[in-house]
Amino acid sequence: MRLFLHELRVQQKIFWRSREAAFFTFLLPIIFLVLLGSIYGDRDTIGGIHAGTYLLAGLLGYGIVSTAFAGLAIQLVVRRESGVLKRVRGTPLPPRTYLAAVIGSTLLVIGLEAVVQLLIGRFLIDAELPRSPGAFVFTLLLGTVAFAALGLALTGLVKSAEGSSAIVNAIYLPMVFISGVFWSTEAMPGFLRAIAAVLPLTYLLDLMRDVFIHEDALSSSLGAIAVVAVWGAIGLVLALRMFRWAPREGMSGA
Amino acid sequence: MSSIDVSGLKKSYGVREVLHGISFRVEPGEVFALLGPNGAGKTTTVEILEGYRDRDGGSVEVLGADPARAGSEFRGRIGIVLQSSAVYPLLSVTEILELFAGYYSGARSVDEVIALAGLEEKRKARVRTLSGGQLRRLDLALALVGDPELIFLDEPTTGFDPGARRQAWETIKGLRELGKSILLTTHYMEEAQALADRLAILRDGRIVATGSPRELLSGAEGVEIRYRRNGEEIVVATDEPTRVLHELTSEALANGYELEGIEVRRRSLEDLYLELTRAEAGVG
Repeated sequence: MRLFLHELRVQQKIFWRSREAAFFTFLLPIIFLVLLGSIYGDRDTIGGIHAGTYLLAGLLGYGIVSTAFAGLAIQLVVRRESGVLKRVRGTPLPPRTYLAAVIGSTLLVIGLEAVVQLLIGRFLIDAELPRSPGAFVFTLLLGTVAFAALGLALTGLVKSAEGSSAIVNAIYLPMVFISGVFWSTEAMPGFLRAIAAVLPLTYLLDLMRDVFIHEDALSSSLGAIAVVAVWGAIGLVLALRMFRWAPREGMSGA
Repeated sequence: MSSIDVSGLKKSYGVREVLHGISFRVEPGEVFALLGPNGAGKTTTVEILEGYRDRDGGSVEVLGADPARAGSEFRGRIGIVLQSSAVYPLLSVTEILELFAGYYSGARSVDEVIALAGLEEKRKARVRTLSGGQLRRLDLALALVGDPELIFLDEPTTGFDPGARRQAWETIKGLRELGKSILLTTHYMEEAQALADRLAILRDGRIVATGSPRELLSGAEGVEIRYRRNGEEIVVATDEPTRVLHELTSEALANGYELEGIEVRRRSLEDLYLELTRAEAGVG
């Protein structure tokens, strides 16, 4: 626990000092909420829900995937290829403690981001607040852990630091659009809805919207929770097989 | 018990065998150098000993443990300088050393390690602003902060200017005085000669010579005489320089010509190294 907190503190320091990471993963979902909220916020409903609340729930989900999935994957690929992970692996710090601290650090970022988004939602775009704080925190935790596991698995597919943003964005940006962060999936063509029907973010967003509408969102959304959890479990299994500490180009060197 | 005991170590990458069963020992408090050209297998050997790579055959004991199976306790007793620097660019020198110090149970004071690595002026500088030589000294500081018994230095001075290299040598000599065991790889023969108590020359995955620098040189003919004759460079290696010089100069005087650019010098380890690594180059 001492080692975990020691590492967590430094991971936080590194995150906030890295302006690009802080912008794309922390600030962008907040900026989008302000922009889209000011456009649609107090006009109509989206997918049968008050538009402000729909956008708030969607951008909370966007914050989770941009931080825990995209940001984490890019950061770990860059660290792997620059040899930082290999160097850390040569110290007595247990590898599990390291990864737990890195994921814990993204959780802190997501938590802070969520608080800012809730405040903007409440006071700027007239959105509702979650009916049950417990269900809200559970949803943030479930989404963070599941997408962090998928992010770790994704690092195994990316071979170079230069390619990491391109590959990660190619996977996560379409997911963000198809899963209904910005608009209702009901208006999309059939084949996109078919893709959306298997993506984990679709179900995380269903759950998140439910948290704003129903008091007993968790018990009424067991299906969505199960889908996100299964994706997380798949991510974990793949991560255990594919995650590497050493740079790719160093694999065959003498 | 030896700090490192390697016997019959084998390693292949795919079908390419890069270590053909090498054996050597490093005793406590000893500086041992692994020398060889690029691709000889130095880094592979060191990374197996550090626990980064698995071996395909032979036995390896480092501080009494098998590095392929050893865990945190083992890694707390070794210090590592990898071939290329790798640290968080956004932390300062002091911050990264404090981070690493926290990983070890018996860490040294960060200020002490900064002084030992000669980084006092840079203690507050972000890592990304450091020069190549300063980064290398930070690597060394990170390897020392856990107060290890055994230190691996993989080409610690590659890319240094001569002044910085001398300075690094002094630091490494200082470590030996602290009683640390050191395994050093280098392709600079003069570095091995300056630092190593014993060394092994590695070529194409085999050890072609091993011993103290003095032992290695004693087998070879000790002095080299060079001069030019009709524009042609002539090299004579001999154990009897007095007699050979006398013959050469007598003949030159008798025939009235000059031994142009004559030079008499002790053979260095460099000469031996070049012979051993060049002689059969391309065979493996």
